[in-house]
Amino acid sequence: MNPENYVILAAVLFTIGTVGVLVRRNAIVVFMSIELMLNAANLAFVAFARMQGNLDGQVIAFFVMVVAAAEVVVGLAIIVAIYRSRRSASIDEPNLLKY
Amino acid sequence: MIGTGAARMAGEVTDVAPVIQPLAEATGVFSFLWVLIALPLAGAAILLLGGRRTNRWGPYLGVFTVTAAAVYAVVLLIGLMGRSPDDRSVGQTLFEWVFVGGFTAPVAFQLDQLSMVFVLLITIVGALIHIYSLGYMEHDPDRRKFFGFLNLFIASMLLLVLADNYLLLYVGWEGVGLASYLLIGFWQWKPSAAAAAKKAFVMNRIGDVGLSLAIMLIFVTFGTVVFDEVFAVAGEASESTLTWIGLLLLLAAAGKSAQFPLQAWLLDAMEGPTPVSALIHAATMVTAGVYLIVRSNAIYDATVFALTVVLVIGVITMFLGAIIASAKDDIKKSLAGSTMSQIGYMVLAAGLGPVGYVFAIFHLLTHGVFKANLFLGAGSVIHAMNNQQDMRRYGALRAAMMITFLSFAAATLAIMGIPPFSGFWSKDDIIHAAFEVSIVAGIAGMLAAGITGFYMTRMFTMTFLGKARWEDDQHPHESKPVMTIPLIILGIGSVFTGMALLFWGDIVGWLVPVTGLKQTPLPLPTIVYEVITLVLVLAGAAIAYVKYRKDVAVEAPQDVNFLTRAARNSMYDDAINNVLVVQPTYSVTRALVGVDNRGIDGIVNGIAAFVAGSGNRLRRWQTGFARSYALAMVGGAVLVLVVLAVVRLP
Amino acid sequence: MTLPLLTILGVIPLVGALVLLALPKGNARLIKQVALAFSIAALVFTVFMGLQFDADSTAAFQFVESYPWIPAFGISYSLGVDGIGLVLVALATTLVPVTILAGWNDVEDGRSVKGYFALILVLETLMIGVFSATDVFLFYVLFEVMLIPIYFLIGRYGGPNRAYAAVKFLIYSLVGGLIMLAALIGLYIVSVDQLGQGTFDFASLVGLDIDPTTQKILFLGFFIAFAIKAPLWPFHTWLPDAAKEATPATSVLLIGVLDKVGTFGMIRYLLPIFPTASEFYAPVIIAMAVIGIIYGALVAFGQTDMKRLFAYSSMSHFGFIALGIFVFTSWGATGSVVYMLAHGLSTAAIFLTAGFLMQRAGGLGAIAAYGGVNKVAPVLAGFLLFATMSSLALPGLASFVGEFLVLLGTFSRYVVVGVIASIGIVLTAVYALRYYQKVATGPPSPHVEGIPDLRGREITALVPIVLLTIVLGVYPAPVFDVVNPAVERTLEVVGVTDPVPTIGVLGGEQ
Repeated sequence: MNPENYVILAAVLFTIGTVGVLVRRNAIVVFMSIELMLNAANLAFVAFARMQGNLDGQVIAFFVMVVAAAEVVVGLAIIVAIYRSRRSASIDEPNLLKY
Repeated sequence: MIGTGAARMAGEVTDVAPVIQPLAEATGVFSFLWVLIALPLAGAAILLLGGRRTNRWGPYLGVFTVTAAAVYAVVLLIGLMGRSPDDRSVGQTLFEWVFVGGFTAPVAFQLDQLSMVFVLLITIVGALIHIYSLGYMEHDPDRRKFFGFLNLFIASMLLLVLADNYLLLYVGWEGVGLASYLLIGFWQWKPSAAAAAKKAFVMNRIGDVGLSLAIMLIFVTFGTVVFDEVFAVAGEASESTLTWIGLLLLLAAAGKSAQFPLQAWLLDAMEGPTPVSALIHAATMVTAGVYLIVRSNAIYDATVFALTVVLVIGVITMFLGAIIASAKDDIKKSLAGSTMSQIGYMVLAAGLGPVGYVFAIFHLLTHGVFKANLFLGAGSVIHAMNNQQDMRRYGALRAAMMITFLSFAAATLAIMGIPPFSGFWSKDDIIHAAFEVSIVAGIAGMLAAGITGFYMTRMFTMTFLGKARWEDDQHPHESKPVMTIPLIILGIGSVFTGMALLFWGDIVGWLVPVTGLKQTPLPLPTIVYEVITLVLVLAGAAIAYVKYRKDVAVEAPQDVNFLTRAARNSMYDDAINNVLVVQPTYSVTRALVGVDNRGIDGIVNGIAAFVAGSGNRLRRWQTGFARSYALAMVGGAVLVLVVLAVVRLP
Repeated sequence: MTLPLLTILGVIPLVGALVLLALPKGNARLIKQVALAFSIAALVFTVFMGLQFDADSTAAFQFVESYPWIPAFGISYSLGVDGIGLVLVALATTLVPVTILAGWNDVEDGRSVKGYFALILVLETLMIGVFSATDVFLFYVLFEVMLIPIYFLIGRYGGPNRAYAAVKFLIYSLVGGLIMLAALIGLYIVSVDQLGQGTFDFASLVGLDIDPTTQKILFLGFFIAFAIKAPLWPFHTWLPDAAKEATPATSVLLIGVLDKVGTFGMIRYLLPIFPTASEFYAPVIIAMAVIGIIYGALVAFGQTDMKRLFAYSSMSHFGFIALGIFVFTSWGATGSVVYMLAHGLSTAAIFLTAGFLMQRAGGLGAIAAYGGVNKVAPVLAGFLLFATMSSLALPGLASFVGEFLVLLGTFSRYVVVGVIASIGIVLTAVYALRYYQKVATGPPSPHVEGIPDLRGREITALVPIVLLTIVLGVYPAPVFDVVNPAVERTLEVVGVTDPVPTIGVLGGEQ
């Protein structure tokens, strides 16, 4: 199968994730969209590794997974904390960090 | 004897050039030349730094240092007289003061015939005035300081006349300015005194700029500022350069000697204690300008234009001062006007060039004595009248103050030029010399002598004769011996100085090696000029006597002619300065302060405000919505991609 | 191996600052005494070094020491002084003990006494360093670091509007420093091009042959930094604010010593490294200087606050100093160095006397609030008068020697400029005497009524200043001995000679 298709798939997934981050208000959904973007990147890395015939991309994919896991831990903790204080998971509500 | 009336009468032609030669090393009695300055300087230092513990004996120390200097000055005179007339310039170098890349100005002194007569005048008249001040300032709480300042003045003035180069002269020049500032403002708590002191210093500074520039021009032209080195080659410079130097030196002289147009400070300077007026603003400091011009004769001799300007300035001031003196009711201000006028005579004489230098100095010496006498006499009167200075409140003081009256009378006759009093000899010599050069100057000198007769008789009559117009609580009495003894000495001096200097001291022959002398016979016998002058003086005196002998109003009459009104206002000098200089300076200052605060600092603060303002506007973009930040990031990423695509792909 | 004397000198106050930090906070008296002791030790050491200095030496710098610092960029820790540097180091070490003594009670409201005096000592170390650095990068670093202690001295210990003044001063100076850094890097690149190996060593940089266009650009970078520091018109507006808000002791160090780095930089770095550009820009700088002289004096005349008045008067005097440097005559340049010294002393005199007065009258700065001090506190008024006279360059005082030589140097090259600058002499007298008249004469004002006269400590602080001013005015030979050779070397590098008199020769030897 043509490896380029995997790259195209990764692009599509990334775009979906981006749009998800931009248009959805629910923090959980935004979070899932971010995961989608990360995994799209992973897919691209692996596909390129395959195309180049070395393992560098795959190694980086592992790094990304570790980072994503760490991010999930911190991110979910923040979302839970915000939900507890505000009774809402909307990311437009907490806008205290403005000018 | 050259240069005397007798020689002139005999129709002799004299043309002696000044002797310019390296200074002889100071040995023997001259080796302590520096002590002459060090004595009063040490006195000033001890009195001013010693604080209150010197209060008790301080004034006596002040008198002592000056008297000792006077004694040493006499010793020096005897020493100089023992040398041959062509070898009377003695120099002493202490150390190099300023030396940079070919510019050198040593601390070195030069004693020659010209400095010698000044040293004698300064120390002897100075000593008398110090003694007089013991009485005059007896009750002043700050009299220790007063004597300290007086000592400082004597030291500076001696430095001025003994310096062997222009830069060191400048130190003395400003030093006397400082002493004058301190002494005019001695009664500082009086705002008028403080203002007068500042005015004197600032106007002097304008003159000082002239001196400063003259020194620079001299150095740039001759490569040196040492007197004899400059004078030796003075003739080689271009005439325009010499003219500029001459005019700049004249500016300096005008500032220090209260000559037109820098004359306005002198009348205000009378705010100082009367001994100060006598010493600084009559006898010595104000004549420094004449010294400067005569000292620089080698420069002036080569520039007719500058000399002519000197002459014209002298004539203008001579009349200006005389007219002011005729209208002022304040005895000291009237005397100050007279000082201006008499210095005008000297400057006129100096402006005649080699024809008149000697007589300028001669008149300076006699004037130093009789004007000090007049001021001290006025001080004695003021003292007796409880600090009343208005002559309209005097009258009939003769009986109460016999000694003051007699010495004042001697000085009055001297300044009017009545033979054989001292002023007659010096003033007539100036008038003769003036006729040799220009009939206009000669006639001007005669007319001014007539006005002198008027204003001096007016002063004398209003003060000592006529009816008493005292205020009720005034009981005039003769001053103490400590004040009257100097008056007696100066009174005798007023009578005899002229004759003594001319006939016994041969002042003309004495000075000629320094100043040179040119003399041609006058068209008429000298006696004719003398008689005409005398008639004018007596006429002036008669008018004054008749006018002021009987009825002098206690309040100055207001229905007077324009000239009197102008003279009472010192010829509107303050108003003129105000319009021409002071107000424009204020306006420019106000404008510049505005420019600085709103313009330059405005730009600086404006830049700061712009940065702050931009920040304020830009931060509005920080809405706090995480999703809009995300959108911005995406937008940025897309932009980067698009740019990359556009740049790379084709 | 000789002792690294300059480093030792620089370290003395630094050690003092560290010792201060270790002292107990409560014992303010001890803190001040220790600070004074260290600053006096530095002064004594300077005197010792001054005696070691060989005026006849042919070497450009003495007390030289050099250690590699960042060899990769040719940066080294190199110190050494010529006569000019020595004189300014001496000025710094003289004024620090004086200001410590004068500022004894500056901090009395709970702010850290320790911090105040430690900052002054640190500043002293930096000042010694900046005048003795012979590596341009080291100079730059010290030039910038110096801002920090001054920033805190103004910002923490100053008057009511201190934050504004301190930030304005800091940003203004940093802007200059930034431009200078850019020029410095440019200079480094030129040295890489010409020498193969880049360097910041002063002597090597002087030896470069930089093409005129590059010179003109790099010159500007340095000049703007120096002109802001000096300050020259029109880069001066930070000074009045800083001077008004800072304590008098800080102002003395800031204007008396620190600002001299600007003019020192001009004569030490601009002239020898960029000779062509210096001559190219000279007319512009001379114009700026002359405008500064007249403008500063007139604006000083129009001030109502005494410290602002002094600031503008200093700006006017800095005009004289810059003028002397850029007329390229030995008289002008030597005069400038003497003037730097004299101005340091007269600034100390005028700020400290005014400071003592203001302290007694509840900190009022307005001239109009004062009057009649002479009657109430004659000793204070006496010093006030001396400061005034020193400021208006009375002959016989140090400032006169400097001012006259600068004017002579100017006049010998540009007659008209010399004449215009001379007007400054009159204007100086006008504003200085007006100040004295308003403050010291007339009837005592209500604020002045009953103030005590100067105390022993305050007199002790002022006496050295007065003595030095008089001694250097009457016998400036020691200064000429060390400064003349340095100035001659500098002008030789620039390649100019003094104008020759029309008639006769220099020195009057016929």
